[in-house]
Amino acid sequence: MRDLTKLTLSAARDALHKKDISAAELTEAHLRAIDDASELNAYIEVTADKAMDMAVGADKMINAGNAHGMTGIPIGIKDLYCTKGVHSQSSSHILDGFKPEYESTVTSNLWADGAVMLGKTNQDEFAMGSSNENSHYGPVKNPWRADKKNGDLSDKNTVPGGSSGGSAAAVAADTSIAATGTDTGGSIRQPASFTGLVGLKPTYGRCSRWGMIAFASSLDQAGPLTKTVRDAAIMMESMAGYDPKDSTSTNIPVPNYEAALTGDIRGLKVGIPREYRVDGMPNGIETLWSQGIDWLKDAGAEIIDISLPHTKYALPTYYIVAPAECSSNLARYDGVKYGLRVNGDSLDDMYKKTRAAGFGDEVKRRILIGTYVLSAGYYDAYYLKAQRVRTLIANDFKLAYEKCDVILTPTAPSAAFNLGEKVSDPLSMYLNDVFTVPASLAGLPGISVPAGLNSQGLPLGLQLIGQAFGEEQLLAVADVLECAAGFKAKPKKWWGDKS
Amino acid sequence: MSVDKETVAKIANLARIEVSDNELENTMGELNNILDWVEQLSEVNTDGIEAMTSVVAADLPLREDKITDGGYREEVIKNAPLAEHGFFAVPKVIE
Amino acid sequence: MSKLYPGATGNWEAVIGLEVHAQVISESKLFSGSATAFGAEPNTQVSFVCSAQPGMLPVINQECVRQAVRTGLAMGCQINLRSVFDRKNYFYADLPQGYQISQFKDPIVGEGIVNIELEDGSNKDIGVERLHLEQDAGKSMHDQHPTMTYVDLNRSGVALMEIVSKPEMSTPEEAAEYFKKIRSLVRYAGTCDGNMDQGSMRADVNVSVRRPGEELGTRTETKNVNSIRYVMQVVESEIRRQIDVIEDGGRINQETRLFEVATGTTRTMRSKEEAHDYRYFPDPDLLPLEFSQQFVDDLAKDMPELSDAKKKRFISDLHITPYNAGVLVAEKESADYFEALLSATVEKSEKPTSELGSLVSNWVTGDLFGALNKLGIGITSSPVSISHAAELLSLQIDGTISGRIAKEVFENMLESGKSPEIIVEEKGLKQVSDTGEIEAMIDEILANNVDKVEEYRGGKSKLFGFFVGQVMQKTQGKANPQVVNQLLKPKLDD
Repeated sequence: MRDLTKLTLSAARDALHKKDISAAELTEAHLRAIDDASELNAYIEVTADKAMDMAVGADKMINAGNAHGMTGIPIGIKDLYCTKGVHSQSSSHILDGFKPEYESTVTSNLWADGAVMLGKTNQDEFAMGSSNENSHYGPVKNPWRADKKNGDLSDKNTVPGGSSGGSAAAVAADTSIAATGTDTGGSIRQPASFTGLVGLKPTYGRCSRWGMIAFASSLDQAGPLTKTVRDAAIMMESMAGYDPKDSTSTNIPVPNYEAALTGDIRGLKVGIPREYRVDGMPNGIETLWSQGIDWLKDAGAEIIDISLPHTKYALPTYYIVAPAECSSNLARYDGVKYGLRVNGDSLDDMYKKTRAAGFGDEVKRRILIGTYVLSAGYYDAYYLKAQRVRTLIANDFKLAYEKCDVILTPTAPSAAFNLGEKVSDPLSMYLNDVFTVPASLAGLPGISVPAGLNSQGLPLGLQLIGQAFGEEQLLAVADVLECAAGFKAKPKKWWGDKS
Repeated sequence: MSVDKETVAKIANLARIEVSDNELENTMGELNNILDWVEQLSEVNTDGIEAMTSVVAADLPLREDKITDGGYREEVIKNAPLAEHGFFAVPKVIE
Repeated sequence: MSKLYPGATGNWEAVIGLEVHAQVISESKLFSGSATAFGAEPNTQVSFVCSAQPGMLPVINQECVRQAVRTGLAMGCQINLRSVFDRKNYFYADLPQGYQISQFKDPIVGEGIVNIELEDGSNKDIGVERLHLEQDAGKSMHDQHPTMTYVDLNRSGVALMEIVSKPEMSTPEEAAEYFKKIRSLVRYAGTCDGNMDQGSMRADVNVSVRRPGEELGTRTETKNVNSIRYVMQVVESEIRRQIDVIEDGGRINQETRLFEVATGTTRTMRSKEEAHDYRYFPDPDLLPLEFSQQFVDDLAKDMPELSDAKKKRFISDLHITPYNAGVLVAEKESADYFEALLSATVEKSEKPTSELGSLVSNWVTGDLFGALNKLGIGITSSPVSISHAAELLSLQIDGTISGRIAKEVFENMLESGKSPEIIVEEKGLKQVSDTGEIEAMIDEILANNVDKVEEYRGGKSKLFGFFVGQVMQKTQGKANPQVVNQLLKPKLDD
């Protein structure tokens, strides 16, 4: 029997539509894989019964001739999405026991198309982190481990990236065909790069944020983590769409993204921003970037040097804006309406004890920073300044797009690092997002495409940044890049049943 | 700009997060590291630059004035740590 | 020249500003589709949005935007075509989001002027600083349980307009008149019901004192004052208290105070007063609110007539006394009742409006208000319907009954609820206008009072009233006084 967990989303779809396989058997295979990979800690909650029910429903849809691209596709859902009656805590202790009575718009869209929920995936608490080590449910292990000098696999665990680390690990380990992520400063793209996957963050406003537990409202966007660019196109089409319940969602039609994958990018102008060549970037990444440039040139694209002069200020800008918004967004976790309550001898005492016990260190750090930069006397110097610099960063992109169509950069400044390596140094952790944050601040779409392995056999991604609502073009270039890179590597299985 | 312990305590109080006296020192250090690092923004000339209010160029959508929601108290209070007689219940507040 | 308050060490003057919170009339809340009706069971008018469940987002109610613009127009304020919603961050049990969505730097309505009329007949302009839209909080109940506070979120997210005055009032009367005027404006504009018992309208009262002409003193803010009388009491007691404190060598703390109805004074809030730092910033869940001048113009075109304009029109077009006009426009319901009655009376009596204004206004402000006062009820629960009242006045106008009989019929209407025509019919109160009948009566009276006739003719013209009285007595008041006069005069003067 062939292993159904090795299928890409598009291959599974084709097989389902041809009725070569059933959604039920596809789902069962993935549920078994989840069991087998439990030590990765990618899932916080497995919804096996629900998954089988949904799979049966999907098979009915297919038999009735109502199949969509996502019908019968078993996927993991980041814990941050509110799913009705199911664990939805954004991996935080403070939401203990919270089961929402409502379903997020993005997951509703997926279920309406017949997708199957396998369970809720682990993540950094409230999506704050770049290694998935900030979870109340413990860190996620990256299925990828480094090769030792002798060619054997290291026994050290690496991180899957964050914050959508559980989703990334789940797909990389073939325990789900695809998974939803969310990206605030790189939380889809960076884990995709660390786990050899495709990760797409669409334009801000493309997906509804309704029912997504907020981190930083002006930056948060939903997106897919998939095995291929084609898979991302199929899943994006299901997730995206205008939602009158989200005032920041944009009312423009969702195109057929898959149809945009023409393989033809001749004449397209690809910008290479000189400011992304940062000091101390590993050689492997530098080399891969150059390779990427050559691949696109070979495919007929024109390569253009561009400048994004405010790039170096993107990270500090982000680390003012995002904490400021989070300090306010997370004020609702106060022990009154849902989740954890630690009793105190007054209302304020109850608040303070609940929030001290319920939030992890990184979340507290960001709330405190955010509270400070908004406080009287500091607002202008920090928050207002940062929002002005943010305008400059967005303007950089606007100017660049007068010269080019898409921008090619590395996704992250390193491959996956070892578990525990950076936990004690928040700043070095923040630097992981150096290449992903600028597009986030400008609200632009970005995609990470697996492009090669580093000298230790760990995957590396290249990032393409598109123009606002230019997902079709972005996916088309990503498809060509993926094809040229020919990345076929899979992590060597060290977990579960190794037979 | 950097924060002292007193400021950290004040911020923690504003944010309603209990920080014990022996945590203050450490928290202060972490916050100052981050604040020192973001300080580099002061190099940027932002004279005459509008602050970003929204990355999407769109109009604020307006809703019709109709009752379309609510009326499901059980669902609203279901997840509450403590609810009595249909109310949320919290430690007594003296005004 | 503002009023001076004498203290032990000299004169003081007061500086008063009001922040009026007026609940917007709308079906649903400012940012969620839950109902706004008053008096529902706890937490039944609450959605996932207004209980701030994770991942919920605000979507603005367009009617609330319109209402704010209408209110701004009513106060003659500048309307800002672009405004921004900010988050005001603080923790409280009935503030589920941990922040209130409000407008801080860029409110929807800017400066304007409200004119108030004082008891001595003088007028004063009070500046309005701004009006902004914001969410109301829920309700905390501290007296339901010995150790718990109960929280009801039905009000949470209901749209409020906060109308901020400039600190341009200097007496309790001015503060009260300003508050009254704002209430009248929003009620006429149809943007707030002004119902203070239900919390639809309340004021935060800012008071400070200073030596005449000197720098502003430290102010206190007394929260949630929900009647015009209380506003006066707060201002009076705060002025007195602050003068006393300062003259005793003390200092005024900038603080939030509570009004105690029982004593008519204010006290410091017991809850720990900490330095507020609301950390306002633009709400990233919302975009700036922008609309066109056309949108404003369209609303302006459809604005109802406000009390000042109505009063002017009553005086100039309807020939109503300024006093009556003032009484009628003081409450929108009175003015509405009056206008409805006037047009019903015009229709019934087929007399022109300009002739009836005075009569109808006298009847409403005199007879009707007198009766309602006695009954202790408001005009909206008047036991006399517009159509019955119009009937009554028409009977009087066409001479079917006299003014005196009209009063009698009205008494009867209040008791029985019957129509005046039926009462007049049943009780045979129809005025006697038959000249033959009255003439015969007059002849009889003159014959029986020859001495009085002589006296009259001898120059005691006051006796004319005596003869009229005799006719009235004979007809039990039903004789048409005009007819009596017309017939009596020539007979006496013969």
